[in-house]
Amino acid sequence: MKVKQISIFLENKKGRLYEAIDTLAKAKINIRALSIADTSEFGILRLIVPEPDKAKEALEKSGFTVRENNVIAIGVSDQPGGLSEALKILNDAQINVEYLYAFVEKTARKAVVVIRTEKADAAVKALKDSGVTVLSAKEIYNL
Amino acid sequence: MPVRERERLQLERLRRAVKTAYDNVPFFRKKFTEAKLGPEDIRTLKDITRIPFTTKADLREGYPFGMFAVPRREIVEVHTSSGTTGKPVVTGYTRGDIDLWSEVMARCLTMAGATEEDTIQNCYGYGMFTGGMGVHYGAQRIGATVVPISAGNTKRQLEIMLDFGTTVITCTPSYALYLAEVAEEEGISTKKIKLKAGCFGAEMWSERIREQIEKRFNILALNIYGLTEIIGPGVAHECPEKTGIHIFEDHFYAEVISPETLEPLPEGEQGELVLTTLTREATPMLRFRTRDVTALRREVCKCGRTLVKMERIKGRTDDMLKIRGVMVFPYKIEKALLEIKGIEPHYQIIVTRPQQLDEIEVQVEMSREVFSDEVRRIEELKKNIEKHIERSVGIRVRVTLVEPKTLPRSEGKAKRVIDKREL
Repeated sequence: MKVKQISIFLENKKGRLYEAIDTLAKAKINIRALSIADTSEFGILRLIVPEPDKAKEALEKSGFTVRENNVIAIGVSDQPGGLSEALKILNDAQINVEYLYAFVEKTARKAVVVIRTEKADAAVKALKDSGVTVLSAKEIYNL
Repeated sequence: MPVRERERLQLERLRRAVKTAYDNVPFFRKKFTEAKLGPEDIRTLKDITRIPFTTKADLREGYPFGMFAVPRREIVEVHTSSGTTGKPVVTGYTRGDIDLWSEVMARCLTMAGATEEDTIQNCYGYGMFTGGMGVHYGAQRIGATVVPISAGNTKRQLEIMLDFGTTVITCTPSYALYLAEVAEEEGISTKKIKLKAGCFGAEMWSERIREQIEKRFNILALNIYGLTEIIGPGVAHECPEKTGIHIFEDHFYAEVISPETLEPLPEGEQGELVLTTLTREATPMLRFRTRDVTALRREVCKCGRTLVKMERIKGRTDDMLKIRGVMVFPYKIEKALLEIKGIEPHYQIIVTRPQQLDEIEVQVEMSREVFSDEVRRIEELKKNIEKHIERSVGIRVRVTLVEPKTLPRSEGKAKRVIDKREL
């Protein structure tokens, strides 16, 4: 139930974000979800794409530092309190969230939340046991 | 050679060199006169300390041919230093000097294990720079096949290396690393390259860089030392013991002085290397201040040579940065940096003075090995590098992580320090 995420190191320099995204466009890779963590000196671009290995290869060829790791994706109802419930479950299970980002799904009135935690397996179990929808990689790519 | 015999030979040659310089180069005659010294006052080797120093600035003043000790018709070749900091320094060679150069360079290549069976790819620049021709003459003297490819065109370098079965390479250490990097990018397995040894010099490098070059190419990487003002490459070379660089003291007399008091330092102490040529004809040099920081050790080497050994160059007295009053040698920052796992040996040091205080920024390239998707971890990495540098160098620096392959790679001397202070 884990989803591959790719992260890219970006120096805070004009045009670097565009160059990374453009590399993916040229490799005909669609982006399902994206987030950027930024500091005053550098940024980390995180992406969920249908073909992570292909994306990694294309980016590395263009000179980017890329890393793959697993995240989990859950579906929460698109209404107040939706995310809060899911986070409470993780909190109760003593699972730390390193970061998360969300996007709203077009058709079903659900929001998708991508969560990065050190204890991915435990998080998946806790969420599932409490009835939260954990999405598979396939489901995310086909959104 | 027994000590006594060597010293007798050195003294005999020194006296001749002093007399030649005094008789034929007005600059030296003037210096001697000012110091109330005559060539006959040099009676023992110790008397060399009475001779005034020669600096790069002195040589520039003599530009172009003021330092020549022989008539122009006897000069068969000239070379210059790069001249990046002013007028270049010109050095001339008589036929005898070329013969000497071939001899000392042949010794260097031999130390690296080269014989007439070898193919030497000479990536030092041919032209006014002494590197190319120096290696060339040495290779010819031992009868090896020399590939005079000069610097640049890296893909072609690799192609030739594969096709010609190059066994010995001569280039700057940073260029060797760059070659390895390009080989990797091009999918060329270094196993297919037949290299067995390399003579690397013309810039400062560290043991860590040696390890990297040796590992990546599976070769023996040795230090070669020389400078235009003396003869070019071929002043000293390291033997496979890797415990110091043997100076060919039958032709070059070495001293180490304190860059502050200018007094000679005892054996083993770090200071500035001062060289005197004993057998050069066209441009004899007396007590030239090289600005290179090293220490001398006189011990019989495991290789059997009795020649004095100098340490790997530890810095330049003119590159020495004074940061908030503390003397800092850039190589120390490099050394600290390379002790951190996963960090590539590509970096740049930028010194600024935004207000009253000096600040050092060390730009380090991010590598796949240490990159993380979490900001916290990257910040930790930065802090670790900063702490490690502070612990080993004694100054606080700010580390900036930059994208891989964005710091300048050089095909000649790598520019590691950018001083933006207006002092």
